[in-house]
Order: sequence, then structure tokens, then C-alpha cells
Amino acid sequence: MRGQRTGRGPSMFLRMLMRAALVRRGRAASALLAVVIAAAVATAMMTLYVDVQVKLRKEFRRYGANIVVVAPESKTLAPGTMEKVEAGLNGRGLAVPFAYAVARTSDGSPVVVAGTDLERAQRLNTWWSVSQWPTAKEDALVGLKALPVVSPKSQPFDLTFDGRTIHLNPAGTLHTGATEDSRVYLSLADFTNWTGLQPSAIEIAATGSSEDISAMVTRLGQELAGVEVRPVRQIMEAEGRVLGKTRAALLASAILIILTAALCVLATLTGWVLDRRRDFAIMKALGASERLVSGFFAAEAAVIGAVGALLGFGIGIGVAAWIGEANFNSAVTPRFSVMPIVLVGSVAVALISSVLPIALLRRVQPATILRGE
Amino acid sequence: MFVRLVYESFRRQRRRKLLAGIAITLGVSVATAMIAVATDIGDKINRELRSYGANLVVTPEEDTLDVEIGGVNLKPASDGAFLSESDLPKIKGTFWRNNIVGFTPVLPVGVEVSDSSRASRKVELVGTWFQKQITYGKDNFTEGVHLTHPWWKVNGAWPKDDSGEVLVGERLAERLDVRAGSNLSINGTPRTVSGILSAGGEEDNQLVAPLAVAQQLIGRPGAVRRIYVSALTKPEDALARRDPKSMSPELYDRWYCSPYVQSIAYQLQETIPHSRAEQIRQVAQNEGTVLSRIKGLMLLVTLAALFASALAVSAAMATAILERRTEVGLMKALGAGNVSVASLFFAEAALLALFGGLVGFVFGSLLARQIGQSIFNSQITIQPVLFPIILSIAVIVTFAGSALSVRKAMRFDPVYVLRGDA
Repeated sequence: MRGQRTGRGPSMFLRMLMRAALVRRGRAASALLAVVIAAAVATAMMTLYVDVQVKLRKEFRRYGANIVVVAPESKTLAPGTMEKVEAGLNGRGLAVPFAYAVARTSDGSPVVVAGTDLERAQRLNTWWSVSQWPTAKEDALVGLKALPVVSPKSQPFDLTFDGRTIHLNPAGTLHTGATEDSRVYLSLADFTNWTGLQPSAIEIAATGSSEDISAMVTRLGQELAGVEVRPVRQIMEAEGRVLGKTRAALLASAILIILTAALCVLATLTGWVLDRRRDFAIMKALGASERLVSGFFAAEAAVIGAVGALLGFGIGIGVAAWIGEANFNSAVTPRFSVMPIVLVGSVAVALISSVLPIALLRRVQPATILRGE
Repeated sequence: MFVRLVYESFRRQRRRKLLAGIAITLGVSVATAMIAVATDIGDKINRELRSYGANLVVTPEEDTLDVEIGGVNLKPASDGAFLSESDLPKIKGTFWRNNIVGFTPVLPVGVEVSDSSRASRKVELVGTWFQKQITYGKDNFTEGVHLTHPWWKVNGAWPKDDSGEVLVGERLAERLDVRAGSNLSINGTPRTVSGILSAGGEEDNQLVAPLAVAQQLIGRPGAVRRIYVSALTKPEDALARRDPKSMSPELYDRWYCSPYVQSIAYQLQETIPHSRAEQIRQVAQNEGTVLSRIKGLMLLVTLAALFASALAVSAAMATAILERRTEVGLMKALGAGNVSVASLFFAEAALLALFGGLVGFVFGSLLARQIGQSIFNSQITIQPVLFPIILSIAVIVTFAGSALSVRKAMRFDPVYVLRGDA
């Protein structure tokens, strides 16, 4: 061997490591497998814990707007407000304008008419049960309670506001169980053409943590002088609560699972090292120093820990992605920040599980072990 | 002889048995705690989801159209039909009374308020229950906005339900320049403002008063416009959405006895005369999705936990058995057959599993209780059915973990094993 001249120690050490793994492939493989599985489970749990907040926040956005921008009493928002809100959101949310007016039906009864961006409203208010979304001009979405008043036979109907009349076609019905049921919804273009009124409220479903949303409320409040910008407390508080509890439950489970996985590694590696007490005794009998032998077993354990952590990390990312896909229908993004934790943890557990049995064996005479007692 | 072998094995190899026993105990503890948490988390999160407030609303059957923008009603409050306040306690007598977390009647009326500067303005006053004591049968209940609108915050004091005090929404208070303790003239009657309400919704521009105050203002004692009901429900499925009228009697019974939001609405409607109950879709429709996501997540995590603890137990058993190769060799050299060796190991494994399973179950239950207490502030109930299930899982996993190693141990030639060469 080339290395003979320069330094026998390190190359011999490496050779011993290699041979130990190759000759007893089965035992080394089962130790490695334990580390891989534990690292995979730990990676998956940590990735999920980090990612679940983002995933659940997305689910919570189904509850609709968490910020509202409202014009002062019986006024409308200044033109350009919508653009300012859009700019302030910067793509991290959905803003939907709403304009309201009280119109009269042909027999004189009052009904609230709302103009909105119907396509956005559909995305914002996923719980709206709509028979058919209007598409054509002068199509209206009629609330279930408003229907008998404005168009009892689902025929086209007239509404009057401020002396101007609009002829509407009831394209679909809307059912929510709340005030929307008493209203007639039009596209914003039809509404402004008819009434000349601008939107008086903008409902915003902003994504992000509660701090992000508070910051956004403050920022919008500063940019839009004279209007009221407020978080929807009902939505924000409940979301924070449910999210907090879920994360806490997940954290508790993650800790339990990772501890169990570490225990599994400990049991397997300890067994693996104890099983090789004859190697240990022979090395000692041949004159290896205690430091060298301990170093050998520790190095072996560290290699297994590191290799297992890397393999396990890959598998764990896969498991997390699968859970994300199965439960949230969207992949979990790999978190490489988890990697160093998994690596350090695996190596540490592997070292502990090799050092413990070595400490036990050290007290025993090699001769006793070799005799098989 | 067999019993003696097992007994001696436990007596003489205490350390090894202890290690294997600890591994089983820990594995079973984690499994028990996780299963208990996972089976109960749906219920716990369902309760937390109630902080979104009411998911059902009961209105008069002949309800007139609301003409309301931004919390301001443009129709005279005395218009239309009402529900009767005296029917409300009956809600606590419905089949699903235990699922009904709380309910609150409301009666909005339009009033004129004038502050000290004598400027008068039209605002909406909502009469409601704050913490109303009601009695149904022999039981007492406290119902009101503290249950159905948990996000309401009051700076000052909540009004007593039998008082004439009012709450002023924070935006309105700013405009009227009133604070807790101020006086306000409502329709000419002076009233004390007990506190400023922060609701983060339309109520911020309104007055909120005890129900009796609102009833008195429109001269209709006992009248209620709407009832908000917050109920624990089961996520909607295909059966839930069917029309009860088109069901066969058995199907109808199943539908009626499932806490779907639809069937609870149906029962509320039966209970309160001349009423119509329906779900508030924003709250009711979404909680099912959120709930099933969280439940699904915990289920998958529990599977991971079961997998990890099964692995830990098998690993511990495998190690424990492989360490005893010499013993196997000796027994075989003395003429023991594979069957008797295996049965010795399995008997030991079974004893360990039963003992570890028992202790682990107790620890796991304590752990689950601790988790429930610290996260959800409520007990996690351990189903007694769980005990035999956990115990059998423990035995199966321990056997499975031992089986491979036992087979391996038996395959060694006793001669080599005893010489220490295997």
C-alpha cells in the first residue's frame, strides 16, 4: 500500500472502519437502518411542524376576509383606494371592493343592492352557495331571501335607484345564512353605471402571520387617510387560537416521536457494539490503546450517524411531502434548515450509544471476553 | 420445568429484562398517548373552532327582508315577525342539547342617541343577553354573548342583564366622545354607559344593551328578532345534505341522530314555534374542512408515532435476544428442540409485553392527560376500549420484534456459538 511510508496509523484506521462495515454487512446495515428511520421520522416531523402553519393558514383563509376597509358613515371610498390597497397588499392577499345602495323594486319595496367584483368575491367567500355565477352584463345574483321580493318567478326584474331604473336578469341565487341572503349582487361595472356610486368597503383576505396582518392594517391605515381599516377580530382571534393549539399538539407529538426514534437508535447501536465485544477484546489484546479502541468505535458510530442522517433526511422530506399531499393537497417545501439539527442529533445519539457500552466493556479483561464469559 | 426456566431467566438477568421492559414501556406510553390525543383532538379542535362564534341562526318563519348596510338597519324595527323570548330555554331540551355550546337572542332597534352636546344621531341598538341565567327543567344555564361572541372585549364593565346600562361600540364611542361611566340619552331616556365594546365588526358602530331595554324601546316585551346558536357539529357529508323529507325512516333516524349542522337546525326549528333555523355558512362550512385537515394531520402523525415505537420495541427485543445466543446454544446442546427454545423466548416476550404494556398504558394515559391539560385546558378522555387494544398491539409488536432474532439465534450451530465464534 502506498500509505505505508507516510503514515500507517490513519490508513489502517480507515481500513479497519471499512472492513468492519463490509465484513459484518448485515449487522452494520441494521444499525444504519435504525439511524435512517429515526432521522427520517425526525426530519418529517420537524418539517411538518415548520410547514403546518403555512398550510393551515391557507385553510383558514377560506373563512374569508380578515381585514376590512370601510368608508366613513354613508360616504364612499375615494377613487384610487382600490389601487392603493392592491399596492399595499403587494400580491399577498385578495382585495374585493363592495358598493352598496338601497334600491326599490317595481312595487316599491326596498332592497339592498351590492356591486362587487364577482370573480374575486367567488374566490374570497368560498362558503357562498351559488346556483350559478352571473357572467353576462346585467346578470344579477339574487339572495335567497331577496328572491321572493324582487323576482318571485325568477323572471327578469326592474330596480330603481334615485330615479334611474336597471333591468336585471336573475342568473343565479345566493345562500349564505347571513345578511347576504337579503341582497342582490351585481358586477361592479353594472352597479356604478346604474347608480353612479363608488365602493364603500373593501374586504381583504391577507395571508401571513398575525403580526404581518397587524402590520398591514397599520400600513394601510396610514396610506388611506380618512377611512377605517380594521382587522376582523372574529376571524383573527379564532384562527390564532386554533392554529396555536394545533401547533402545540403537533409539537408535543413531534417531541414524543423523536424521543422514541432516538431510543430505537440507542437500543440498536448499543446492541451492535456489545455484539462486537470480541473485536474489542482482540484489539486490546493486540496492544491497541484504550483511546484508539474507543476512538475506533466512536468513529464508526459517527459515520453511521452521519450517513444515516443524510439518507434519513432525504426520506423524511419525502414522507413530509407525502403527508402534505395526502392531507393538504399541496406539497410541503423541503426545509434545509432542519438538516443540521438532524445531522447533529443523529451523530450525537450514535456517539452516546457507542460510548456507553464501551465504558462498560472497558472494565472487563480482554481475556474474559475472549474466553466467552 | 418451563415455568422455572422463565422464572429463573427473569430472576438472573434482571438488567437485560429491565432494559427490554423499559423499551416496551416507553414505546407503549408514546403509542397510548398519541392514540388518545389523536382520537380526542377532533373534539378538542371542534371546541376551539367555536371561538368563530355561532354557526346557526334562528329567524322567524315569516321573516321580512333585511334592509341593512354596514350594521345599520334602514327599516323600522317593529316591522315583521318576532320570536318569543320565552321559547328560548327549550333549546336546552332538544336532543342535541349537549352539543349546543351556547345561544344568544338579538333584537336590533333603531334609536336616536344624543350626547352632552345635544347633537342627536340615528344608530342601531342591539338588545341581547350578556350572561343570562336561564332554567330548563331542573337545570340552570348561563347563556349569552360570552359564549357565542367570545371575541368581544369590553373596556369597563359588562352590563347586567336586568339593568338599563348599555355598551357603546368603540367607533361610535369615539364619535360620541363617551367613555365607561358616561351618560347617554337614548330616545330621550338617560342611560349609563357601563363599558366600551371592541368587537372588530359592525357592532363597533352600534350600541349593545340588555334584551329587555331593546324590547322596551319598541314596546314589544318578549320579542326576539334572531337567535344565534353555537353548536358542536360533525363535518358535513353526503347524508347531511339530503332533504330529510325524502329519506326512508331508518335513514331519517340516522340523519336525525347525527350532529350535522343541518339536523341540529332541523331540531331547533321543531323546538321553537314559527321559526326557521339555518346554518351560517361562513362558519359552518369551513369548520368541517379545517377540522378534517387537523384530524388528518394528527392521524398521520399518530401512524408515524406507532411506527417509531413499534420499531423501538422490536430493536430492543432483537438486541436482548441476540445477546443470549450462548444460552440458546447451551439449551440446544442439552437436547432442546427449536420449538421449546422458541416457546421459552416467546413466553418471556409475552410476559415483558404484558407488564410493559400495562405500565406503559398507565404512563401514556398520564402523558395524554398532561398534554390535554397543558394545551387544551381540558381532560383528554382515555377510552377503556383502548386498554385491550394497546395491550394486544404491544404483544404483537414484541412478538414480531423477537421473531426474527429468535429464528436467527436458533439457526446458529450450538458448537460455534458455545465456542464464541458466531
